[in-house]
Amino acid sequence: MEEQALLGDEAAALGAIHAGLSAAYGYPGTPSTEIMEYLIENAKGNAHIPDTFHASWCVNEKTALEAALGVSFAGRRAMVTMKHVGLNVASDPFMNGALLGIKGGLVIAVADDPGMHSSQNEQDSRFYAAFAMIPCLEPRNQQEAYTMTREAFDLSEKFQVPVLLRMTTRLSHARAQIKTGPKRAQNPLSKAGDKTQWMLLPAYARRNYVSLIEKQPELLAWSAAHPSNKLDLDGRDTGLAVITSGLGGNYYEENLEDFIKSRSGTIPARLHIGVYPLPEESIRRLCEKAERLIVIEEGQPVIEERLRGILPHRITINGKLDGTISRTGELDPDVVRRGLSLPPRPGALNSGAVILPKLPGRPPQLCTGCPHGDSYETIKKAVQELDPAEGHPNTAINADIGCYALGATPPYSVPESIVCMGASVGMARGAAEAGIKYAIGVIGDSTFLHSGISSLIDAIAADTPMTLIILDNSIVAMTGCQQTMVRSDKFRPLILGLGLKGEHLIELEAKKQFLEENAAKLKKEIEYRGLSVVIFQRECLEAFRKRKKNEK
Amino acid sequence: MKKDIILAGVGGQGVLSIAAIIAQAAVSAGFSVRQSEVHGMAQRGGAVLAHLRISDTNIASDLVPQGGADLVLSMEPVESLRYAAWLAPDGALVSAAEPFVNIPDYPDIAVILRTIALFPVNRIVEAAELAKEAGLSRAVNMVMVGAASPFLPLKPETMEATISAMFANKDPSVAEANKKAFNLGRAAAE
Ligand code: SF4
Repeated sequence: MEEQALLGDEAAALGAIHAGLSAAYGYPGTPSTEIMEYLIENAKGNAHIPDTFHASWCVNEKTALEAALGVSFAGRRAMVTMKHVGLNVASDPFMNGALLGIKGGLVIAVADDPGMHSSQNEQDSRFYAAFAMIPCLEPRNQQEAYTMTREAFDLSEKFQVPVLLRMTTRLSHARAQIKTGPKRAQNPLSKAGDKTQWMLLPAYARRNYVSLIEKQPELLAWSAAHPSNKLDLDGRDTGLAVITSGLGGNYYEENLEDFIKSRSGTIPARLHIGVYPLPEESIRRLCEKAERLIVIEEGQPVIEERLRGILPHRITINGKLDGTISRTGELDPDVVRRGLSLPPRPGALNSGAVILPKLPGRPPQLCTGCPHGDSYETIKKAVQELDPAEGHPNTAINADIGCYALGATPPYSVPESIVCMGASVGMARGAAEAGIKYAIGVIGDSTFLHSGISSLIDAIAADTPMTLIILDNSIVAMTGCQQTMVRSDKFRPLILGLGLKGEHLIELEAKKQFLEENAAKLKKEIEYRGLSVVIFQRECLEAFRKRKKNEK
Repeated sequence: MKKDIILAGVGGQGVLSIAAIIAQAAVSAGFSVRQSEVHGMAQRGGAVLAHLRISDTNIASDLVPQGGADLVLSMEPVESLRYAAWLAPDGALVSAAEPFVNIPDYPDIAVILRTIALFPVNRIVEAAELAKEAGLSRAVNMVMVGAASPFLPLKPETMEATISAMFANKDPSVAEANKKAFNLGRAAAE
């Protein structure tokens, strides 16, 4: 087939399609979003992709994974996409899914974000794969993203387990040419025969867990023999061993020439790890004669932390744990260079001819005219006018994840907490029950549906004296304007259906000209000693632009 | 042959589309290309950076190492200096002249331009003006693609063909204006 220049995310998506994908589900989250966008774009089939398949966004990662389990149960191939923190949301079906007799191949594509370019933490999904005892594939370039995804489906069916495909930001969002292979047909519909493999009643689950444990030696043998776990010993200096994984391998190779020069021509022994479980035997062989081992891995010290159980204590291990490689942040060629004790490359700045002036930071901001800006102005005004004697300690403004999180920095500086999808609602409730008089939760429309709604059910049941503010911009804006599952006009009946009193469900138009009016109405609800929901509505500017373009 | 390029600017200025045009032209000229982008609405109005590597041999890393860039191309003066550490000793620093002021502490533009002029190979391009001259004030991006082109291993004809292909389904005058913008940018940087 022809060569195409694709993002790592797109390459993984195309790999899934060419593997005979029947259905894909996900929740948008940077850097994973483009996997599903590519799948949705091609789901109806086209000249390059003749078959049709199903691809859609879901309300959250848990529902996405559960839908994919249903596809697998029916014998067909399914993919789920999410970002690393999304796997926390899906962790219940994820951990249990490992105990099922997976029928149609099930691949869970998770994009990690080391460096927290647009995330709350740096958690490494390889831990989750090890925790669930399922295989993990870690592509290091766009070509591998394509081929490994294809392989992941076969592997899943062979071992009857879900397979985790671990992407990282840099691969997800970098573009390069790839070579594709012929497309495989979709599996025929064929429901799982043995129901006991799919029912985690204690008696069955215990048996399934034993069978998962029994699969481990076979999985280890598979990973030891896998060409992506490449052990290079011949003609190498075996006194120094290097383990690389994922993109760490690329950055190591970027510096290799200089590294070899700095060691008067000798090349260290090396193992690159591309698939897990950890190939323990290869690690032992790599380190047989080594006095020192350098571990370069993208993300958290997943490999490094396991080495002490594998290797004798005399070997010095340098990596993230001792700070040889920066413990936090994304790897890049320069971080790895420092880790190899190489001096910085000479650059234009080193000559001393140019002294840079101090450069101000330029953080991202809400778009000029964004509805959230007006909503935050309103919240600010309402809160300022609350009973002054109560003062600041008696209000708590708990916000959530989305464009509106940008309201945490000047000029708005409104939110006081941002934790995870949906947390704003539960935190406002907790703050109220801890005794804070004016507890406020701020959440977006998509985030509300994602996982805020369940906490609202709690709060309504308890009639917590708090105010939930839903910033309804009619779209999932931050990740590029995906459609929300429930349209704005359905929010009112939805929330009333949960049992909220109609007089305390207020809808306001988030516009500058209504600032005074809206702030007064909001203040009244904040002061009300029961539960109120205030919905600020106005379409996101980007969504508006997109909609107008499509209408043309 | 290997050319490493850093593309800089502010979110919304079209840095990624510049990267895409150069990458596309490089692919059609038969080079291997790796292009790393910054995604997500979170970058609205924030500093944006893309790495672009063009080579006729294998490219290991998606990211350009510091001190390794043959070209830093920026849509904005302050942003060009932000990535100066990436510039190789003989690399070119090419920046649009017009500041993008969306922060309260934007430094004295005269100081910034003077600093850019200190780099051994530098170009400050009046991109907005040249775009207007080309008859399409939106074509600032294309002026900067042109300004990059003397430092790229790509023939101007290849680049023009790429630009034509991009606007193939638009009114022919759009492609013409963009090509004019490209050539004005190129002339300014040569
Ligand atoms: S993308 Fe939409 S929601 Fe996000 S900042 Fe811009 S206008 Fe606001």
